[in-house]
Amino acid sequence: MPILAVVGLLAAVPLITSSNVTLNFMVMALLIALVGQGWNLLGGFGGQYSFGHAAFFGTGAYVTAILQMRYGVNAWLGFVIGVAAGALFGAITGLLSFRSGLKGSYFALITLAFAEVLRIVASVTPITGAGVGTLVILDLRPEAFQFQSRAPFYWIILALVGVSLVLTRMIEHSRFGAYLVAVRENEDAARALGVDATMIKLGAMTVSAAMTAAGGCFYTQYFLFIDANIAYGPWISIEALLAPIIGGIGTVFGPLLGALLVKTLGELAKLVTGGAPGLDLVIYGGVLVAVVAFAPRGMAGIFVDLRRLLRKAQERGDG
Amino acid sequence: MWSPVILVPAILNGLMTGAVYALIALGLTLIYGVLHIINFAHGALLTAAMFAAFFAHQWLGIDPYLAAVGLTPLFFLLGYGLQRFVIGPAAHGEDRNILLVTLGLAVVTENALLYVFRADTRTINLPYAFDTIEIGTAFLAVPRVIAFAVVIAVALALWLIMRFTDTGKAIRAVAKEKFGAELCGIDVAHIYAVTFGLGTACLAIAACLLLPTYYVNPTAGNAFVLIAFTIVVLGGMGSVSGALAGGLFVGVVESLSGLYLGESLGQIGIFVMFILVLLFRPSGLFGERT
Amino acid sequence: MVDPLLRVENVSKRFGGLLAVDQASFIARPGRITALIGPNGAGKTTLFSIITGFQQPSQGRIVYAGEDITGQPPHKLARLGVARTFQIVQPFVGLTVRENIAVGAHLSRRSRTDALAAAGDVGRAVGLGDRLDRPAHSLTVAGRKRLELARALAIQPRLLLLDEVLAGLNPSEIRDIVPVIRAIAGGGVTMVMIEHIMQAVMKLAENVFVLSEGRVLAEGAPQEIAVNPRVIEAYLGKGAATRMMAAGADHG
Repeated sequence: MPILAVVGLLAAVPLITSSNVTLNFMVMALLIALVGQGWNLLGGFGGQYSFGHAAFFGTGAYVTAILQMRYGVNAWLGFVIGVAAGALFGAITGLLSFRSGLKGSYFALITLAFAEVLRIVASVTPITGAGVGTLVILDLRPEAFQFQSRAPFYWIILALVGVSLVLTRMIEHSRFGAYLVAVRENEDAARALGVDATMIKLGAMTVSAAMTAAGGCFYTQYFLFIDANIAYGPWISIEALLAPIIGGIGTVFGPLLGALLVKTLGELAKLVTGGAPGLDLVIYGGVLVAVVAFAPRGMAGIFVDLRRLLRKAQERGDG
Repeated sequence: MWSPVILVPAILNGLMTGAVYALIALGLTLIYGVLHIINFAHGALLTAAMFAAFFAHQWLGIDPYLAAVGLTPLFFLLGYGLQRFVIGPAAHGEDRNILLVTLGLAVVTENALLYVFRADTRTINLPYAFDTIEIGTAFLAVPRVIAFAVVIAVALALWLIMRFTDTGKAIRAVAKEKFGAELCGIDVAHIYAVTFGLGTACLAIAACLLLPTYYVNPTAGNAFVLIAFTIVVLGGMGSVSGALAGGLFVGVVESLSGLYLGESLGQIGIFVMFILVLLFRPSGLFGERT
Repeated sequence: MVDPLLRVENVSKRFGGLLAVDQASFIARPGRITALIGPNGAGKTTLFSIITGFQQPSQGRIVYAGEDITGQPPHKLARLGVARTFQIVQPFVGLTVRENIAVGAHLSRRSRTDALAAAGDVGRAVGLGDRLDRPAHSLTVAGRKRLELARALAIQPRLLLLDEVLAGLNPSEIRDIVPVIRAIAGGGVTMVMIEHIMQAVMKLAENVFVLSEGRVLAEGAPQEIAVNPRVIEAYLGKGAATRMMAAGADHG
């Protein structure tokens, strides 16, 4: 129910404003919310911190672009295949990593390495357009997943975020979700209770990769351009983990909340510096450290604390 | 192609490069061995040290080798402060938090450098940069020979510190048994910070050894640290001798593969090796699995 | 005589140069409580880890319900009805007591609601009824031990391995929990318990195996074991039994 209310409220944004700047901002924030929800599923609920979610984002982005440009595949179909490719890549890397028993720092390291390998490969192989990148030809028809105005894009990314919220909520209330959280809290204890920890983590990584890849596919359609540093660059790996951590790790709404905040911070940084490269990420990094230090449960945690404080104050007032 | 006239210099050059890798890996493995964390800020700190050495030369005209004398204690203090006042308190004793905090520090450092100095690649010109000395049939670049000698000296000094000083003994005690050490009155937070400082100081020395022949830009340190990660995983996390041997080994492998496969494959080759080492290295290596 | 539910046959486990378990064999009969006792470092917990699939034996085999289960992973064994508790309690600290137990209850129940309801029942049965919605990290040591027990019970095991569930409890807490254990056995669950507290072993176990330096030293009813000279020596050192006998003779 809260999901419906939030999505409904957000759906009204293009009706209120037709400003391209505002819509563009909201599209990017929702994109990060989607990608962040992917990270949150694996990292927040499953406790497996990935430093290389760019691997899934970029795979989705490139598969969509390449299918359209080189093989003439319809954009919508390309989108679906892009998501599937991301999921498949997640399943394969997950299988390799989890079967080798990688966790903690080692898992973070290997995900980082996978993303970097893909980035280097994408910047030299011809099929990705190498260093130049890949352009998707302008074809402003809905059948081609391209639109005259930004509003349809906005509603599409909002719908995707809505789906990710519902999916996360369903997982949270399922046996799979309970097992996933158990693995995060204590893997050995979970295994002793009949939880196949490897399969659970693998499942989470596959769904996580699919969500993040969906973000990549959308990026390609929205900007009609992709290159190695956008697709597989560290920026997206960092924003993917920053949003849920700031918003509230392991909560359904954390990534959305965090993404709005992260993007607002990014915009403020741009206002201050006039778009010089680097400063937004300096702020992101600083915020990451500060949140871990002072608000480990993110904004969601702060809300819970505030509500508790208010209730206490009220009780005191009543008494 | 396989004649010793080509092979011997390639191996010697590999050893020289490998020595600097080993020094960077040494810092990483030292921190891991004692704090049991992977320092994701290692690369960014190396870049910062390289910038420091660069500007010491650019603005003050100080030779990088001389700059090492000042930068090493400076970076020791920097590392000490980071662990004592940022990483330690922020992590609340959770390993997952430490990962995030060191990642955050890496992002801040790297992008602050990018913001201030832009993405430009810089080099310094030194009169001796291209001097060579002849050893047998091989001509070796003087800066590399110096680097090799310095790394050996640093490793030796580190070994002496660990073996014979009270601080060194305390570090080893904390690495082995944290709670026991705490009960004996060792200030663990201080020892953690000292170790982090030593690891960071290694980076300052490495930066000064690299600069005469290498360029600097805001991501320059990353390539080295990736290699260092590979070395550390290969040699055994936390093992100092493993880092040294691994560093020299990787240096030689890189030099030979550059000779026979060409440079462009090199970078991917290192990543692939890294992934393979992580995935297929026998389980003994991972503390979590034993 | 009924076939044993669990048969450990000549199991050895080597860690590098150390032989932690050395040709150990024991059985657990269905519906009974079997105790595994022995000095620290005797290899009891290692043996549990091998039975429950957390470690592989270097040698020997484990037969459960007539089937060789050696080397099966822990989650498969749990599905076959083998449950364990951990010597160092391993609660899911971020979850409530009910949610902790529900992880076990999910084994036979897909639905979240059913699992949470079943978790409530199991929680009340072990005496955690008033703390079901508290976070697990707020429990006392005794509470955590009960939680450990409840989670294992929630998978509805046929065989339950208890690793020192009484350790760290004070005498009144032990008095409270002993009937809980007896009730579990009364419900038909076969149990093997590692225990140091001899009064509890005396009260609960029908059969005792003594492990020392990785080997099974003695087997028998608790009363026989308590006076077995080899057992006394294993605990108190060589010659202790004779000294005690002598001391006993002096006083008698």
